[in-house]
Amino acid sequence: MPESYTELYFPILLQAGVAVVLAAALVLLSYLIGKRVRNEVKDLPYECGITPTGSARERFSVRFYLVGMLFILFDIEAIFLYPWAVIYRELKLFAFVEMLIFIVLILAGYFYIWKKGALDWSQKPANER
Amino acid sequence: MEFIIITLIKLGVVMAVFMTTLAYLQWVERKVIAHIQLRMGPSRVGPHGLLQPLADVLKLITKEGVVPPHVNKLYYLLAPFVAVTFALLAISVIPFGDEVEIAGYRTWLQLTDINVGVLFILAASSMGVYGIALAGWASNNKYSLLGGLRSSAQMISYELPFTLAVASPLLLVNTLSLREIVRAQEGFLFGFLPNWTIFQGPFPQIIAFVVFLIAVFAETNRIPFDLPEAETELVAGFHTEYSSMKFAAFFMAEYANMVTAASLVTILFLGGWHPPLPREWGSDFIAPLIFLGGAAICFYHGLNPARRLDRYTLPVAGLVFAGIGGVFAFPAWKDALLPVFWFCAKTGLILFLFIWVRGTLPRFRFDQLMGFAWKFLFPVAMANLLLTSLLVALT
Repeated sequence: MPESYTELYFPILLQAGVAVVLAAALVLLSYLIGKRVRNEVKDLPYECGITPTGSARERFSVRFYLVGMLFILFDIEAIFLYPWAVIYRELKLFAFVEMLIFIVLILAGYFYIWKKGALDWSQKPANER
Repeated sequence: MEFIIITLIKLGVVMAVFMTTLAYLQWVERKVIAHIQLRMGPSRVGPHGLLQPLADVLKLITKEGVVPPHVNKLYYLLAPFVAVTFALLAISVIPFGDEVEIAGYRTWLQLTDINVGVLFILAASSMGVYGIALAGWASNNKYSLLGGLRSSAQMISYELPFTLAVASPLLLVNTLSLREIVRAQEGFLFGFLPNWTIFQGPFPQIIAFVVFLIAVFAETNRIPFDLPEAETELVAGFHTEYSSMKFAAFFMAEYANMVTAASLVTILFLGGWHPPLPREWGSDFIAPLIFLGGAAICFYHGLNPARRLDRYTLPVAGLVFAGIGGVFAFPAWKDALLPVFWFCAKTGLILFLFIWVRGTLPRFRFDQLMGFAWKFLFPVAMANLLLTSLLVALT
């Protein structure tokens, strides 16, 4: 039975080592073993056999940024729930009321962004309509 | 010293079993999908195509590892590396069974049990999104970019219902250590209903279970949420420009994530290694009976072979089955293996569900997918969490 922190986390370190070696082997193996033949057509980006037009480094929909920002806000809130859940049975109703206030505030923001249309993927944002 | 040796042995066994599972999960998936679609599936390499995973690996290793000149080389190579590393890391805190005694040394059937196991798994699995986002961007290909973007948006959106659905059973078990979570689900309600969190009072976590399962399908990019690699519109999504072992690396990461997710479902909701029936009802005999039944089927078909090779392969398989079933006759072995059997059986069922769903459901549209996560799953998970916490506070 492991007792100290070192003994508890040592297997994770070992596992990380194995994972890194395996992943590196996967990436490098074909480089070492497979043969290499290059030609002009093979070096093109794959677009179903049609000659590619333009670059792939184009601007993309701002919605992806929006989702990223919303995710950070709500995920931090979700992570706060974990320590709360662990000591929940000791605090009972007190913890419930405290968390209820927090969640109601979060939900107010949630319904606001819903009304603003930030969650409607197929529609334009409200200020562009 | 003893501790290090035991740890190394456990690591070796876990990795060997895990890698074999990953390889054969591919075979099982192809076989099951094929039978759902009334095909045979892989059947040429070895009996019933059983050597197909080996053949696939050999083929992929000897393929040319193309690194196209238009990619961002560092990130292009880093992406499969990151995906595989973090996918393999999560397995180190999964408990497969109860405490056992090997040669006078008591140990857990788990690499290690840290007191923040749930957070560790969440962290490791959400690092996987970096692999996919990097692959999509570094490939410098339009399909890859779209696939990578879609995938990261999808994975972070489903991360929310996922974390909320994990939090609700935590209210019942009040710990983050995966071993303690399983311990808290021991016993039976009313003498027959297992005390798993999907049945446990004061509020059974069935809603959280369903939300978690749906979120896990999306997190692992499986049908019906496989938008990142929707082949009819995006060729292969984020791994369009990857070939040979780098391509295999993404597949391995996906399957590793599937296995981790299935075991997490088992641990959080289905009682981990605890049997679904009380011992008095004969749950100890189910495992050996299943294996002996498998052996009987193999012997019967070996004696009445449908194909010429079956005359030799099926009796061998039958002997293997009978041998595994026979192991349960030794009391010392039985106590160590039964929990592992139940854990593997439940995880296997969830994995089968993954494959079954893939063979049955069509794909979502992207706006439906995002709307479903934000407008349906998130409020449902939140309501379930509040209801659970209220009922736990009142009892």
